Amino acid sequence: MKPHDLPTELVPAAGGVRLTLRALSKRFGPREVLRDNHLDIAPGEFVAIVGRSGCGKSTLLRLVAGLDSPSSGELLIDGTPVQGLRESTRIMFQDSRLLPWARVLDNVALGLPAAERERARDVLAQVGLGDRTGDWPARLSGGQRQRVALARALVHRPRLLLLDEPLGALDALTRIEMHALIEGLWQRHGFTALLVTHDVQEAVALADRVLLIEDGAIALDQRIALPRPRRQGDPAFAALEKTILDRVLQLPDAEPATPDASWPPAAAHALRWAI
Amino acid sequence: MNRPYQAVLQRLLPWLVPLGLIAVWQISAQTGWLSSRVLPAPWDVLRAAAALATSGELWTHVQVSAGRALLGLAIGGGLGLLLGLLTGSVRTAETLLDSTIQMVRNIPALALIPLVILWFGIDEAAKLFLISVAVFFPIYLNTFHGIRNVDPGLIEMGRTYGLSRWGLYTRIILPGALSSILVGLRFSLGLMWVILIVAETISAQAGIGYLTMNAREFLQTDVVLVGILLYALLGKLADVFARALERWWLRWHPGYQRVAGGAA
Repeated sequence: MKPHDLPTELVPAAGGVRLTLRALSKRFGPREVLRDNHLDIAPGEFVAIVGRSGCGKSTLLRLVAGLDSPSSGELLIDGTPVQGLRESTRIMFQDSRLLPWARVLDNVALGLPAAERERARDVLAQVGLGDRTGDWPARLSGGQRQRVALARALVHRPRLLLLDEPLGALDALTRIEMHALIEGLWQRHGFTALLVTHDVQEAVALADRVLLIEDGAIALDQRIALPRPRRQGDPAFAALEKTILDRVLQLPDAEPATPDASWPPAAAHALRWAI
Repeated sequence: MNRPYQAVLQRLLPWLVPLGLIAVWQISAQTGWLSSRVLPAPWDVLRAAAALATSGELWTHVQVSAGRALLGLAIGGGLGLLLGLLTGSVRTAETLLDSTIQMVRNIPALALIPLVILWFGIDEAAKLFLISVAVFFPIYLNTFHGIRNVDPGLIEMGRTYGLSRWGLYTRIILPGALSSILVGLRFSLGLMWVILIVAETISAQAGIGYLTMNAREFLQTDVVLVGILLYALLGKLADVFARALERWWLRWHPGYQRVAGGAA
């Protein structure tokens, strides 16, 4: 933010930040959306957060982005408590949120000093849209819009990139393309990435760690040690995906110790009728 | 092979009725069915217009009328834009001013005429006041709603991407409200001519209204018709101008992009 901080931002591949949550909670009125979350993310790590809708995963991302402030607990970047929006953090939204009245290049250069506009062109080339700089966003497909949004986030050389279900509205083929693109750019730029998604396959394809949030708390922290680039047909990939998915859906074989507790409610109801 | 012929026919067909009417009008005036005091022949109207144009009288009157209208638009529309931006952007300004403005809005501008004559007499200030009052409200309302309807997601995005308050305003809020503001402008332009005509008909020492009222006293129906046509022409011109503004400023909008083959 301060002028003398700027040069460090401009160093290419500034690397990722260490992100730490300490007893982070968030309440909206009487409703507790996140409760007492502890988390430590290493610099440059790619972490995916999965969970059912309404579990609090997007709220967590908004807290980390500085768009909302926690009700209690602390958020630390590289060991220092932070509040509010930061230069080093960029967020990519589910809807691309491009300015429809600005051409592609101007969208990417949004918030950049005039002297650095050329960099926007480079980043657009990196996401494969170097030839669309003069187009209106309305002329782009959904996948192209998300690539522009990705370029807009990366042009600021973020050290923490937050992705809020950025591929949720795209078709399956475009998603696979986008996975490769995001993975490649992440490896190249070295930022810390936090991806919120409801697609377990996407989480396993991209992340070093998959977190499951349930009822506002981190319920599972699964490390994904598969070599990159990952293949979706791979047996190890499929096994991990199934483990996490079963846990999300709370299928009985995910928790063999307490089968009764995880029976679907309909079954319990039917049982009572039988008696 | 007769497709080009059909295309030409399709384009000419809408002109058939108006041209026919004018022909009937010309014939009935020439044969004396239609008294020239009621409606002079179209040819006579054209001749009157040409005479006024060559004497230079026409241009002075058009200038005076257009000047009045535009000055009124600048004052009323400018105030409407400023206040709309203010109440749209600042909550306190909205609670303080908006309900008052909404109440005053229900008074038709033309109902103010007796009061305006009492206040300003019948000279220039009265006309400017009436036009300003009339054009104020459409621009105010549409600016206010335009700003309120800017996608909050875009504003949030702008904040996270490090835009200053000024940057947010010029890059996101104003462009987002622009289509609505232009709708207000088009409404205002329509009202502007109506009020101008009424105000000039009441009294004027120059302008198209003066031209027609003067001609009425001397039973020059052809000149009266020239005046009416001039008003129509100016109104059309203003609308064309507003649409050109829309096409330029909203060229990013799929709804305003020229579609190949579509009529402009």
